[in-house]
Parts: sequence; structure tokens; C-alpha cells
Amino acid sequence: MSELRLTVNGGEHVLDAPVGTSLAHVLREELGLTGTKIACNEGHCGACTVQVDGEPQLSCITLAHTVEGEVTTIEGLREHPLVEAFVRADAVQCGFCTPGQVVSAAALVAANPEPTRDEIRHAMAGNICRCGTYPKIEEAILSWQG
Amino acid sequence: MARLIRTEKEVEGRFEEVWIVVEEDPLEQWPEGARSVVGRPAPRQDGPLRVRGEARYTADIKLPGMLHAAVLRSPHAHAKVRRIDLAPALAVPGVRAALGPGEAHGLEEEAGWAGAPVAAVAADTFAQARAAVEAIDVEWGELEVVLDPEEAIRRGHLTGEARRSERGDVDRAFAEADVVVEGTYRTQTVLHNSLETHQAICEWQGDALHVYISTQYIWGIRQEVAETLGLPEDKVRVICEFMGGGFGAKNGPDEYTFVAAELAKRTGCPVRCALTRREEHTSAGNRNSTIQRLRAAARSDGTIVALEGEFINSVGWSGWSSPTEGPMRALYACENVRTVTHAAQLNTPPMKAFRAPGFAEGTFGLECLIEDLAARLEIDPLELRRSNYAESNEGTPYSSKNLEKCYRLAEPHWERRHEVRARSGTVWKRGVGMASQIWYGGGGPPSYAWIRLGSDGRATVVTAMQDIGTGTRTAMAQIAAEELRIPLESVDVVLGDSARGPYASISAGSSTTPSMGPAVRAAAADAREQIEDIAEQRGLPRDTPVAEVVGLLEEAQILGRGARGPNPTGMSVLTFGVHVVEVAVDVETGEVRVERVAAIHDVGRIINPLGASSQVEGGVIQGIGHTFSENRLLDPETGRVLTTSLDAYRMPTIADVPEIVCEFVDKPDEHLTNLGSKGLGEPPIVPIAAAIANAIRDATGAEVHELPISREEMLRALEAANAKGRRGAPAAV
Repeated sequence: MSELRLTVNGGEHVLDAPVGTSLAHVLREELGLTGTKIACNEGHCGACTVQVDGEPQLSCITLAHTVEGEVTTIEGLREHPLVEAFVRADAVQCGFCTPGQVVSAAALVAANPEPTRDEIRHAMAGNICRCGTYPKIEEAILSWQG
Repeated sequence: MARLIRTEKEVEGRFEEVWIVVEEDPLEQWPEGARSVVGRPAPRQDGPLRVRGEARYTADIKLPGMLHAAVLRSPHAHAKVRRIDLAPALAVPGVRAALGPGEAHGLEEEAGWAGAPVAAVAADTFAQARAAVEAIDVEWGELEVVLDPEEAIRRGHLTGEARRSERGDVDRAFAEADVVVEGTYRTQTVLHNSLETHQAICEWQGDALHVYISTQYIWGIRQEVAETLGLPEDKVRVICEFMGGGFGAKNGPDEYTFVAAELAKRTGCPVRCALTRREEHTSAGNRNSTIQRLRAAARSDGTIVALEGEFINSVGWSGWSSPTEGPMRALYACENVRTVTHAAQLNTPPMKAFRAPGFAEGTFGLECLIEDLAARLEIDPLELRRSNYAESNEGTPYSSKNLEKCYRLAEPHWERRHEVRARSGTVWKRGVGMASQIWYGGGGPPSYAWIRLGSDGRATVVTAMQDIGTGTRTAMAQIAAEELRIPLESVDVVLGDSARGPYASISAGSSTTPSMGPAVRAAAADAREQIEDIAEQRGLPRDTPVAEVVGLLEEAQILGRGARGPNPTGMSVLTFGVHVVEVAVDVETGEVRVERVAAIHDVGRIINPLGASSQVEGGVIQGIGHTFSENRLLDPETGRVLTTSLDAYRMPTIADVPEIVCEFVDKPDEHLTNLGSKGLGEPPIVPIAAAIANAIRDATGAEVHELPISREEMLRALEAANAKGRRGAPAAV
């Protein structure tokens, strides 16, 4: 076990975890933040996306002990206007990928508040949705400001 | 009133005759068109929970003292355990129990495919369980491996008898026809890849077993687990409130559930058994590959006079033989049809139902063949389809069929082909193609719902159904709100727990809405009638708003109950549709881009147009994946799955999505229940591959015969077209 200091959604945590533990595992198992989903556990699907200092990062292939910045999970973005935009546009079916989609989208609109369709497709291509909500995700991001 | 009837029950195209207790369905359907709530777009009621990451999926449930299981799977495609030693696993730190072959249902000595479950371990953490599984000492006796479906058929390796159907005089019709076309079509194995992997948590409470599971069928799990473990059904409680996708692969309990139940029994602790993504690719089911040898004959006036198909379903080690021949038998009026469907048993992972099993595959073959026929006859493909319109389902009348209306709605999209083709360049060729859709989706009894209204004017629908992500929870709320004439916001739906509500339909075979919706409406109507009686007793008009009447209740509640009535006797309940697709093909590299899809469907009354458009888009996008990029590959020597990760097995991303236009006929099926609604989950995946292939043909003259349409297949087809020197073919490739 090795000491781990994390700032998550503005709160500071000091934990003990074996070196090699993924950030996703720590968030879900140690901090109970189950909004971050693990769907492939090898960095291919985007369901586990969190932000580190505002940048989207795949938490399932991020070693928790290497994280130095501030982590933002879906739990820290629950009041983001994108949440309402996703619901309004029906950009959610089974919903298992959706928190990761919102986290990616939040990073996108923070950097680029009015992205074009192409920019959305570029930024969101790492988040797989097996139900195929993509057209609605595009619509949600285009209309996120209401 | 309940009555006992003998009826035909259909799930995913499989029929059985059953005795069934049904209740009458005396309610008149609502008039056609949007009502105050039903037929109007409604965002999902559980949308905020899912989007905010608050929805608790099976994957998120953590019970006190919960252990984690891992499963040892066969590395060989066919082998038998000669000797197994679990002791090294039990010595791994954190390990609490281990199971060998035969110690839990599904763990077997003979492994029929690489990935077959053999043994399992429970430990404090998943990592420990995984390490322990690696430590199990097995001596394998390898057995002969059969991977080729045609060899399997030749040698009699079958999962069941061949299925044959014949009507008319097929040989004579072929002999006398003006035009005969034939082709061999192949479809690949594809994987469901729900983002939540297959998993269950089992916990014993006294002599009762609680099963938290990611499932499409709460009541099926309850029944099968009880039967397998020798428990009364009421001693098995099944819970699934939020579910991360299924697509047909999560209809039954499978080994992970039984492993969790047995390990929980042995350790006295709750146990989670969850498949990893890689196990999902080897051991969680697939849409099996097919080979389809098809022939069609027509008179020169365009009348299809004969159809013949030999189909091979590569079922795998176990599973069932999907109705790949279904579209050939049912889509067109044709007096002479002969089909035979073989079910090859192979040393490959077992198939499972996948979104319109059989029909998605069979429609690819049939609708490409029909396109070929149109070309040979020099008849417009839309015209050919229309002129062979089936007026009955092999003699049985349809409860409703509005495919002609679909074709009418398709006309403006089809008309675009001249303009689309005109945008072709020397490298990028453009074209338009279409394909028709037929599939089941009528649902059936039994299914029940309760409803509860209190003095706060809110209604709670209670039924032990599941919402697998299709939005049925919201559709049920809309139906209840409509019947009670209260706002949608005043209705909650409680679902997902066999201990909290009556029996509910499986969410497979596009059956949730057509099975559950009528029961919910009946329950709401029962409550409404009681409320009207109370109003009358107070001297109020019967149509006094519900909120006003229930305001008198104080602690009292109005309880309504409803049941799904029978399907119409002597009628075929089917769904219909047509897709018109525009593509661009780079004739030098074989790259294909789908630019636009018009998806037009006839599924009776639409409850929620917003959710319905999501279902169609989802089906189309998944179908685009099946058409181009998804392909589960096996090592041809060993039979091991090569594509075990999501970088090797490529599903569509947001960047792969074309413009999708959804249209619905939206006409209630007047013979079907108090709603007139059919299901929509599956229809949109049925015609998309064929419509794409036909658009490619329109653009380039190239005839695609295989899914996926890889660059290799595309270049092969372009080259073949070049050799034939067809219209629109490129000069040189």
C-alpha cells in the first residue's frame, strides 16, 4: 500500500492504495463515485472519462498515484447545463456511457463554447455509445447553452 | 375476466403453442394521432439519473462483505479436463472458495469452445480472484476442433434438425420463369458489446436467493434460477433497476449467475461475478455468421414467381437456429418458396439472440438478390418491391400492414437518386439504394401492471418489468398519464424488482411496449373508473379532474390493476419498414461513406416520438457497424477469438454517423390491444445493410456479397463489376 493524495471535485482525499491501482478503481471503490463507469477497463471506450485539470482523461488506464492535477468526475458536473441538454435531446439510452460522454463534452465546451458539428465529432469520437445516441449527443452539445 | 386460451407465443421469431390465462381487453383504442401525452415527445423520466451518473446499475452495487468471483475459461476450442487441482487457487491470499467442473451450473468438464467456463474462484478482491484462477492447475485433453460450417453440415455436426419450408411448385416455377438470378451471401459474426458487461451479484438471505443482475428478463431469470437450483420461484428475488444494454444477449442467467449463487452459498457472503470486456468477446454470445445460397425467379413483367434459399447458421457450440429464412418466406407475395436452414454445431462461442436475429442477416441476402432481379428485369427497384406486395402472411391476414404507406413516404427520398448520382466524380461515385423490412414485434400476454394514486394526485405505476435503455419506463408513464388525464410529471414508474410488482414481459423481440403498454393502460383505466365512481358519490361530474377527486382521499389510496389482453386470433402481427440510403464510394480505395439514411417504419401507434427516433437512430448506427467494421475473428487454426478488445473489434463512433431521417406511419393497429402499438427496438437494424449494399451497387455497379463490407470486399466487388463492364462501373481500378 502506498499513500495517495487526490483532489476530486474540489475535495481533498488521502488514501492508501497499492501502486498500480487505476484512478477509475479508486474513484469507484474507495470514494464511492460510481458515476464514472468502467466498461472495457483498457482505455478503448471512454466510459471512464474524467477530467484532470479540465482535460479529458481515461481513468481506467490512469495510475492513481500519477495524478497530480485536480480530478473532476460526473459527480462534479451534475449541475452543468450539459446534463439538462442531454436529457432534453434524449442523448441517453441505457446510459452506461453517458456520464463519460458528459465529462468529455464539458471539457469540449469549456475550451470551445460553440463547437461545430465537425469539432464535436472530433472531440467525442473516443466515447463509444453502443446504443447509438450519437445524433442526439451532437444535438445536445450544439444546444447546451439552452 | 380471466380465461384460459390456447395461443401461439412468439419471441424473436420463435413460436410455441401454449395454454395461457389471459384477461379480456375491453378498452377501446384511442383515436389515431397525438393525444395530450401519448404521441408527443417526452424526454426520459430517468434521464437525469442516468446522465448525472446517479442511476445504480448492477455494476455499481456493492453489498456489505461482498466477494468477487473470477472464472477459469478453456484456452482450447475443444478439450476435456483430464485432471484439475483447485488447491493452488485456494492458497492464493484472499481466496474464500473455489468451484470445479460440475460444481455450479455452466461449469463443465468438456469445453466446446475457447472461452467455455470450467472453474471459478471467489476472493476478497477481483484481482485476487483473477490471480487464483491463473493458479488453477489443469491437465487438458484436447479434442478435434470443427470450425468450418460446411464441413460441420457434411459431417452431421448439428445443433438440431434442418428446418424446411415449402409452398407451391418451386421447381416448375423456376423452369418456366423468364428470369432467374442467384447469389451466395455471407454475413459475419458480430458481438453485442453492451457497455455494461454480463454480471450478477447473488446473496442468500435465509433460504431465499437475491439476484442483482444486468438482464432483459427479470422473470425469466427468476424462473430459470429457481428451476436450476431446485428452489420455489418465490424464493428467488431478481433485481435490475438500471441496465447497461443487452441487445438480446442478456435474456438468461448463464454461468456467471450460478457461479455467484454457489460461491455465495459456500462462503456465506454476497458474491459478484462480472465478465470482463475480453470475456464479453469470447463468452457472452454473438450474432452468428451465416451462408445464404439464394435463387429468385420472375416473369418479365416483374412478378416474382419463385424463391429458394439454403441457409447455414453457424450456431456455435450451442444456441438456437435463427429464422434466417424468415424474410424470404414472408417479405414478398410469392406462390413458390422453398427454404432449408441448417444449424451447424462448431467449436466456436455459442450464439445468442441479437437484435432481430436471423432477419437482419436474411434481409441482407434477400434484398441484395431482389436488387439483382430488378437490374436484370430493368425494373425500378421500388416498383419491383411494390408490385410483389404480400397481402397476407402465407395465407394468414395481417393485423395491420402499412408497408405501402412506407413506400409512399420513401418516394421523395428515392427521387433524390438522380441528383445524388449526378454528384458523382471520377473517384467518388454516389448512389442510392433501398431495402424493405419485415419482423415481428407484437408482444403478447401475460403481462401485468398495478397503479396507485394517493391524495397528492400523483400516480405510481408498479410492475416488475425492466427498462434496458429503450425508454419504456417513460412510455409507460405516458400511457398512464394519458388514461388518467393527469400531467406526465405526476406519474412515476417503479420497476426492476420481482418482489415489487407483478409479472412483466421479457424486453426482447421488440415486445416491451406492445406487451406492457396495454397492461399499464388497463391498470390506469381501472383506477380512473374507481375515481369516477367516487366523484359521482360526491355529486361531482364523472369527468372531474383526477387530482381534485383524489384530494378527498386523505390516507386512502386508489389501486388499479391491469393485464395485457390476448393477441388477435388468426392474424399475423408484424412490423414493416423501408430504408433509403445514400452512399459515396471511393472506387480507387474502396472506402465507403454512408451520407444519408431515411428510415421509415410502420410499428402501429407511436407512444413517444422522441424516444422512437432514438431507437431508430440506434438501430441504424448499430447496423452501420455490422455493415462495415464489426467482425469477430477467430484464429482459423485454434478457434480462439482474435478480436478480444474494443480496438480490435471496431464499433461505430460519433464520427461514423450519417444524416438519419426517421419517419413513422404512426397508425394504430386496430386489431392489436387497447393501444395498437408494436415494438421498435429491432426493426431499424433489419434493412440497413442491404440498403447500403444496394446503394453501393447503384453508385458503382459493384455487387457486394459479404458482410462486413471491408475494403477487400469492396475492391473485389469493384473489380468484378469492372470485369463485367457494367453501367456506372469505373473504367479502371
